[in-house]
Amino acid sequence: MLRFILRRLIGLMLVMAGVSVITFALAQLVPVDPAAAALGQNAREEQIAAYRAELGLDRPVVEQYLRYVGRVLQGDLGNSIRTRRPVADDLRDFLPATIELSLAALLVSVLLGIPLGMLASMRRNGVVDAGARVFALAGGSMPIFYVGLLVLGLFYRQLRWFPGPGRLDTILTAPAHITGMYTIDALLAGNWPIFQNSLYHLVLPAATLGYFSTAVLLRMTRSAMLEVLQQDYVRTAKAKGLSRQVVIWGHVLKNALPPVLTTVGLTFGSLLSGAVLTETIFNWPGLGRYATTSVTTLDFPAVMGVTLVAAIVYPTVNTLVDIGYRMVDPRVGVE
Amino acid sequence: MKDPTMLVGLALLLIFTLLALFAPILSPVDPIQQNIQASLTAPGKDFLLGTDKLGRDILSRILFGARISLFVGLAVVGGAGLFGSVVGLFAGYTRGWADEVLMRVTDIFFAFPSLILAMAIAGALGPSLRNALIAVAVVSWPVYARLIRGQVLVLREQEFVQAARAIGAPSLRIVLRHLLPNTLAPLLVQASFDMGAVILSVAGLSFIGFGAQPPTPEWGVMISEGRNYITTQWWLTAVPAAAILLLVAAFNLIGDGLRDLLDPRLRK
Repeated sequence: MLRFILRRLIGLMLVMAGVSVITFALAQLVPVDPAAAALGQNAREEQIAAYRAELGLDRPVVEQYLRYVGRVLQGDLGNSIRTRRPVADDLRDFLPATIELSLAALLVSVLLGIPLGMLASMRRNGVVDAGARVFALAGGSMPIFYVGLLVLGLFYRQLRWFPGPGRLDTILTAPAHITGMYTIDALLAGNWPIFQNSLYHLVLPAATLGYFSTAVLLRMTRSAMLEVLQQDYVRTAKAKGLSRQVVIWGHVLKNALPPVLTTVGLTFGSLLSGAVLTETIFNWPGLGRYATTSVTTLDFPAVMGVTLVAAIVYPTVNTLVDIGYRMVDPRVGVE
Repeated sequence: MKDPTMLVGLALLLIFTLLALFAPILSPVDPIQQNIQASLTAPGKDFLLGTDKLGRDILSRILFGARISLFVGLAVVGGAGLFGSVVGLFAGYTRGWADEVLMRVTDIFFAFPSLILAMAIAGALGPSLRNALIAVAVVSWPVYARLIRGQVLVLREQEFVQAARAIGAPSLRIVLRHLLPNTLAPLLVQASFDMGAVILSVAGLSFIGFGAQPPTPEWGVMISEGRNYITTQWWLTAVPAAAILLLVAAFNLIGDGLRDLLDPRLRK
């Protein structure tokens, strides 16, 4: 077990090393001089040259890369050209918003996708199944940015059922920073109105972001259940005269769940990708919107930082899921 | 074929392909021609699918947009599929350290949320449709490398491959004549799903400004341009969104159908 964990962690570190090469290479692609960009339009040539030297941009690429890695390892991601703050500080502010949104979206998709998938498999080829399949097909084929615009237009602008963009009403102040997730921080502080308001603000973006992964989970649950339903032991259980409930919950679901749970872990990556578009539409101050604004303004220290952090989150979650899996189910991991 | 879903997918794809091919003939007007007098006209007999705020005919824009989206899918999936397949064939056939290195490289690409990396690449290269295609291709190839490598690892141990090797067939011949054809089926399934995913990604990049630029009649751009009219002049966004939905769904249905067809466990 320990060897497995160690091997996974070493693999993770290798991936991280590769990720740093790519983020560094990205910055080399940009046709903009970061020193000139940071100093603004009024800077003189000598000032720019001096700043280039200070940043080490006049050194060979390999040396620049090694310096970059050295800084990153100390948690220094450079300064954002746009916000004029350390990128690491920016990300500390923006990351919790994305985590909160992604977790809420994941919750939506687990609460909707798994039960719907179960129901569809039990009523195979029936009306419920057909409906669920259309729902899943649309979820996998619909442009998420249109879904976002649509729910925002309908439920906020038209019906006024839910609040508009942002994490809180503008007249309210954010709860004291504990986790950075407003709902949780408000709960911890016992601040009910803020909790309620931030929860309301979460509903539309989480539903939008969660739609795609709901579709994925629904399909996965359905096919996993269908496969288990055909097994001999299920027939035996039924033949023994066990009630439908006991067979479904005790025998089928239990055995169909592992691939579904793996999918839950894997959807995290797609949530981060989806967050770029969802956050842009809902003006949600998370990693995705930070990335979009940084790319638009060619703020490349920020782009490198956000890409790096995004690329750390997904494999780390995957590694943790793998290790957790191994602990829960010793059969897994026969390679 | 008992399951009609694949037929629905194929029919949809055929329709879109014909619309794209004959767009210049079928379009009532030039897709970028403005007509301010007809601004924001609702769908009706003059303009079948309505007009946008500059009075451009949405039907014409959708038809020309189909060309762009189909081209986007083919170009990216073709490029990424070809490159990834070559890498996968090479890695799986040679094994050893080259395989190890190449697979670690794919791991690295899998670490990035695809849209964030694609956006960063597109941003670095400068926003344009061509650069969006390059960006999406860069994040798409590792899937093919992994898939083909896995297939090759299984295939190379099979008797027909060993027999070919035993009679002294050169490696290139084994790879091209024996391994490659046998990996085509799963490759096709993956490519089909990927066509949809790529079309969505490029439309998403265009929507946030890193892909096709106005006045190009690209569907993501059209949704972006119509976003402020979503509750008042719904057709500005609903029509291109429906076009994306139908075309992507077509590829997903075809992918589903192909997979079921090729998976004997599901063939019931």
